[in-house]
Amino acid sequence: MFLINCPYCGERDQQEFKAGGEAHIVRPKQPTELSDDEWAEYLFMRKNIKGVQFERWNHVHGCRKWFNMVRDTSNDEIKAIYKMGEKPPSQ
Amino acid sequence: MTKNLRVKSSEYIDETNRISFKFNGKTYHGFKGDTLASALLANNVHLVGRSFKYHRPRGIMTSGSEEPNAIVQINPGTNRTEPNVRATEVEIYEGLEASSQNCWPSVEFDIGGINNFLSPFFPAGFYYKTFMWPASFWEKYEFFIRHSAGLGKSPTSSDPDIYDHRNIHCDVLVVGAGISGILAAKNAAKNNFKTLLVEEKNELGGSTIFENNEFNKINNKTPSEWLKKEIEELKNIKNLGIKTRTSVAAYHQYNYLLARENLTDHLEAKDKTNKIRQRLLKIRAKKVILATGALERPLIFNNNDRPGIMLSSAIKKYSEFYGVACGSKNVFFTNNDSAYESAMSLYNKGINVEAIIDIREQSESKIVKKVKEAGIKIYWSHSIVDTTGYKRLNSISIMKLSNDGTSVTGSKISISCDCLGVAGGWTPAVHLYTQSGRKLKFDDEKKVFLPNQNTSEQISVGSCGGDFKIDEIIKNLNQKLKDILNINETDLDSIKIEIDHENSKRNIWLLPSDKPLGKTKPFVDYQNDATAKDIKLALREGFRSIEHVKRYTTTGMGTDQGKLGNMHALGIIADTAGVKMGELGTTTFRPPYTPLTFGTIVGRNVGKFFDIFRRTPMNDCHVENKAEFENVGQWKRAWYYPIKGETMHQAVQRESKAARESAGILDASTLGKIDIQGSDASEFLNRVYTNAWSKLAIGKCRYGLMLNEDGMVYDDGVTTRLGENHYIMTTTTGGAANVLGKLEDYLQTEWPELDVYLTSVTDHYATASLCGPNSKKILKKIIPDLDLSDENFPHMSFKEANIGSIQCRIMRISFTGEHSYEINVQASYGKDLWKKCMEAGQEFKITPYGTETMHLLRAEKGFIIVGQDTDGTMTPIDLQMDWIVSKKKYDFIGKRSLYRSDTMREDRKQLVGLLTDDPNIVLEEGAQIVSELNQSPVEMLGHVTSSYFSPNLKKSIALAVVRGGKDMIGKKLFVPMENKNINVTVANPVFYDEKNERLNA
Repeated sequence: MFLINCPYCGERDQQEFKAGGEAHIVRPKQPTELSDDEWAEYLFMRKNIKGVQFERWNHVHGCRKWFNMVRDTSNDEIKAIYKMGEKPPSQ
Repeated sequence: MTKNLRVKSSEYIDETNRISFKFNGKTYHGFKGDTLASALLANNVHLVGRSFKYHRPRGIMTSGSEEPNAIVQINPGTNRTEPNVRATEVEIYEGLEASSQNCWPSVEFDIGGINNFLSPFFPAGFYYKTFMWPASFWEKYEFFIRHSAGLGKSPTSSDPDIYDHRNIHCDVLVVGAGISGILAAKNAAKNNFKTLLVEEKNELGGSTIFENNEFNKINNKTPSEWLKKEIEELKNIKNLGIKTRTSVAAYHQYNYLLARENLTDHLEAKDKTNKIRQRLLKIRAKKVILATGALERPLIFNNNDRPGIMLSSAIKKYSEFYGVACGSKNVFFTNNDSAYESAMSLYNKGINVEAIIDIREQSESKIVKKVKEAGIKIYWSHSIVDTTGYKRLNSISIMKLSNDGTSVTGSKISISCDCLGVAGGWTPAVHLYTQSGRKLKFDDEKKVFLPNQNTSEQISVGSCGGDFKIDEIIKNLNQKLKDILNINETDLDSIKIEIDHENSKRNIWLLPSDKPLGKTKPFVDYQNDATAKDIKLALREGFRSIEHVKRYTTTGMGTDQGKLGNMHALGIIADTAGVKMGELGTTTFRPPYTPLTFGTIVGRNVGKFFDIFRRTPMNDCHVENKAEFENVGQWKRAWYYPIKGETMHQAVQRESKAARESAGILDASTLGKIDIQGSDASEFLNRVYTNAWSKLAIGKCRYGLMLNEDGMVYDDGVTTRLGENHYIMTTTTGGAANVLGKLEDYLQTEWPELDVYLTSVTDHYATASLCGPNSKKILKKIIPDLDLSDENFPHMSFKEANIGSIQCRIMRISFTGEHSYEINVQASYGKDLWKKCMEAGQEFKITPYGTETMHLLRAEKGFIIVGQDTDGTMTPIDLQMDWIVSKKKYDFIGKRSLYRSDTMREDRKQLVGLLTDDPNIVLEEGAQIVSELNQSPVEMLGHVTSSYFSPNLKKSIALAVVRGGKDMIGKKLFVPMENKNINVTVANPVFYDEKNERLNA
């Protein structure tokens, strides 16, 4: 059980949150212009890194806000948390 | 013959408080303060159980939670019975009953004991090797294997006890109240850290509390005397909470620990009622200090498992703490000095110690000299090669150990004894440390795995951190405390310690015998009967990974998780395979450290609290109407309303006819409702639904279909435009929360520029759906001043109105194909609304109908239910709903995926209607559909998704998904069932009123 520092509410138990997969995958602005492969890249392909990973989390049983997290998936160390739209910290 | 083996009064045993208890049906006596183990030993009972595989007689081996053998069934035959409980942890109380496990008819005479003599036929992997063939016999084998599997018996009636959960937050959590834990907790609390000290036993002090070695002194007192004073002082410290009988089961990330607090297990039955039995503590600590101590290791030699063979430290504890002599002719077998302390402890109480067998060549420590002075015979460089005594040890044979420790020489000496204390060194209890995700390192000198890391959030102190001598413990504890608490001084700075520094050890993982290994039984895992030869066999058969050897031999897989023998298993593997132990690693230590009851895990979430459920505001009316309920998501929805003993089928047929012929009423309050406001609300709906929304007029309703980005149907519902920038969206009952979550996700992360606000209002409104040709008349009676003409209030439109003074929102929409209205009122008026409708509808025989009838009526119309007729692989095109997918809109969620090569395939499964050739046969939902009967294997074309007998059409109807079904209308297919094949014809999925004439009837 992680202790997650929601950027809007402060430290809360992991059970209040929902993980939302890899972060910084931008939905294409003009999907119809994309080839099947390009669209599949956006739709299906995820890195699933062992190590430092940028991911989205939602404080679903709290403020309902989405935010980003940098987490080392090998030891679950949370390295940074920042709001949607903010620039990711450099590694 | 029982005899009393109490040796002296102990301050922890209240000899004025005599307690009677039963073991295997026989009454014994002990005293307040005894564990079941100490009380049995005081009555000279060593034989308490049978081992799992060979049914060998086994006795009490330890004095703590690491016990592998003495596991018993508590209060057998009652609803409070508990299997696999360690006798060493059970505090006795008046009326306690316990019995041995895994033996029949009794522990004294156990038929299964035959396995012991057949043991050459039960090597490691016996089951895997034997029950492989013929494969078809597995079911027969399984019956017998299941029968002999498991140890204790689970209770057969429900648990009468109450369990609880509690969240605890603290600055410092100290796990274990031995000397290190007590000093750590004291210093943390004194420095204003909110501190919690937890201890699995009922007394504080660990093993130091009975440490009376005269050569060790703390501030000129014996460690025991000194520590007692420290414990006294704890009472006066603020900020310090102490929980005894509390065992930490799990240590998760971010210092989140689960502990079980045992509150009533030590009480008599009459004091247990109406109290919480066990509480799961969910502890979030800023800093964790692990002071979990160390477990003494046994030694691995031939027949090392007989009742009467115990850990040397346990014999000392029974003597010093409980005042019990475990035997009258005691022998110790050791590779270090700690057995000498146990021997002196017995000697000082006048208990006979026959000899000490030491595999070392010599030791010059003070305690050894003391033993020599006492005249106790020491056999240096000797090893035990065999033991005798089936139900109780009666002799050991020893021989001289060769210099390299791999063989024995000389003549065999036999020593008669009834109790043997073994001392193989100490294993730090690093279980919790590793659970927290950190790595171990192997210390080659001490032959132990130690924590590799102390951080600002966690330290391991005392023997679990690798410090075994009191001076090391205090010195290192002092520095670690300063580091983790960030303080400059502690009250350990001024402690003076005297100690005998001599500390030699000779480590041999598997001791040799005069017989070949194959003819011996050196047990490594006592509970699961895994021997050193099983481990060697596994290595010979090619197993290399420690995790594989563990599973193949079942070493460490008992309820004790191999707390005693795992290190020896690793040692034997390393020696045999010729690798270093540090490279071999360990098996994974998984929670819980000691077993937890299911009660503790579930806490209060039992019975009606097992899962959350939601009831609608009209629920009382449905109960009065004797409705049967079904679970839809978390909702309890009225399913059907049987009258006068109707079956479900009869009730549904009646309700369905009534709704089409006159009037029906459905509680639709559970539909998800999302209030959408903001200047970009229309644009937002354009992006989330497949159809266009910009041109929807205020006061109009529209059906919408929502896709996932992969193009598959996700949810559907009717959305109404209440104002220029205000909509109310309805979702499926089960999908409400997920739809809101998905919409929020897009709003916050993809389209933050949109001015849109979403609010869940599902619980704020109660909804009654009036349907049928008379629904208009009924509504007219309820709201006389509302113009219900088709011109003023057409299908797919919305009105605000008042029923008396109650405001309501009315949508003229239909899920049944009949003329119908959905009336929404504030939730608190839901019951009144329902009653008013029933009253007004009386003259039209208004019939309440449940979800089953709703499903039937919509199936007659070919309306889909998301989640029943779709399964996350259906596009709107597959559903033949092309009409709802806008071709003009530039983009919406899932649009691009509708043009992927896979979603464009013509032979995808498509929604069609199915009619059975025999109109009375109703298909089973889920039944498979084929086009050929005489082919094998045959391609499954699809399956039935919805199937009913329609009372309005007087025939069976079904919806199905069929590969390429769109172009199969009129084609004959087959639904093969277990006993028959059903002939069906593919049809248009709209079975009833294809022209929608009834909507305006």
